[in-house]
Amino acid sequence: MCLSIPAKIISIEGEMAKVELGNNIINASLQLVENAKPGDYVLLHTGFAIELIDEKEAEERLNLLREVYGDIETYDQL
Amino acid sequence: MKHISEYRDAKIVKGLVESIHQTSTKPIALMEVCGGHTMSIQKFGIPSLLPETISLLSGPGCPVCVTDIRYIDHAIALARRGNTIIATFGDLIRVPGSTSSLEKEMASGVNVHIVYSILNAIELAAENPDKEVIFLAIGFETTAPGTAAGILTAAQKQLPNFSILSTHKIMPPAMEAIVDEGAKIDGYICPGHVAAITGAKMFAGLVEKHKIGCVVSGFEPSDLLQAILQLVVQFESNSHKLENAYQRAVKMEGNQKAQAIMTQVFEPEDSYWRGFGVIPRSGLRLKSEFQSFDAKLKFQVDIEPTREEKGCICGEILKGLKKPTDCKLFGKACTPANPVGACMVSNEGACAAYFKYKR
Ligand code: SF4
Repeated sequence: MCLSIPAKIISIEGEMAKVELGNNIINASLQLVENAKPGDYVLLHTGFAIELIDEKEAEERLNLLREVYGDIETYDQL
Repeated sequence: MKHISEYRDAKIVKGLVESIHQTSTKPIALMEVCGGHTMSIQKFGIPSLLPETISLLSGPGCPVCVTDIRYIDHAIALARRGNTIIATFGDLIRVPGSTSSLEKEMASGVNVHIVYSILNAIELAAENPDKEVIFLAIGFETTAPGTAAGILTAAQKQLPNFSILSTHKIMPPAMEAIVDEGAKIDGYICPGHVAAITGAKMFAGLVEKHKIGCVVSGFEPSDLLQAILQLVVQFESNSHKLENAYQRAVKMEGNQKAQAIMTQVFEPEDSYWRGFGVIPRSGLRLKSEFQSFDAKLKFQVDIEPTREEKGCICGEILKGLKKPTDCKLFGKACTPANPVGACMVSNEGACAAYFKYKR
């Protein structure tokens, strides 16, 4: 229940948003965040967006890591 | 960017693992205090990637695991009142109380609904005006703002048949208690989603007072390995700092809107943690304006005498003094299908994570 999962905002109506989580579209409350807009990624926890994910920050840090350690080659199970 | 797969990049992971091997020379014990971390660490096999110098301990970061048996007994007593719907996160229903569990009560006809969010519980209350809906409000700073937002919504809707039984807790007092009680740890892998709300600054006091490194971490393998690397670097250079390795989601100041909603609705109270006992000002109760939503005050019920399960060492595991495999019942009398203690119930519990990924 502690899990918070990155989900993408598809649309917003008042304080509620539809967010994409894997292949599902679910409802999320935006009561706890400010300035969320469609296309943003949020951390979703028990039905609430608890924080926006800072795209620029994420990009910069990944680029830094890639510079040090190499290009992307994803696998899920280590 | 999907913010998941990128952080499972094999080259980055390998690179970080190599750096850790090169940097770590002295034995170091690190504790993660978030159930989500416990789960990720076991799922991705992080311990097997690390040099022998590094040991990882699980702390009290699974809210279900630190919940007092008496809380479960209280919920059961409320459930038995009749004309009541208990709305709860799924993890909680199988946690053993003194003589029963919510799941067992369901089998004997008590009305328990599993919900994903407090908002579902509020809908239930609106749909069932003739019944009292009681939401079991459990979780750390990550979850408490949602409960607070739910209370504001219920107040706005003037729902007379909705209340919560709160056992919300906050993390830093427990992290202090662990160090005070003498657990030998050299650094904290700080809970990223608690910090998303509170801000990384929440851990500054701990660094200052206890001279212990604190690095806020995300939940993917490269996140955790970065945090571990930063803690090892600190330790090897005899320094202790607060660092944030999860900047994409955690700001120094945190989510101030969520903090404001939380403090509007809740105030601190002393709270009982399984394994620790009472930790001063580590829990959250509703402020007096919202007392009409407090099931504790709204309903007087008889709670059965507390009976703890003998042989379960959850308490010591939560304090970082023992590992699940040290428990005689682990994997034998106690399994996820038949849990003896709370640490085996929740997916985020150390015993359940060990059972699932490590045996
Ligand atoms: S294995 Fe079961 S009985 Fe042993 S400490 Fe864990 S939860 Fe308790």
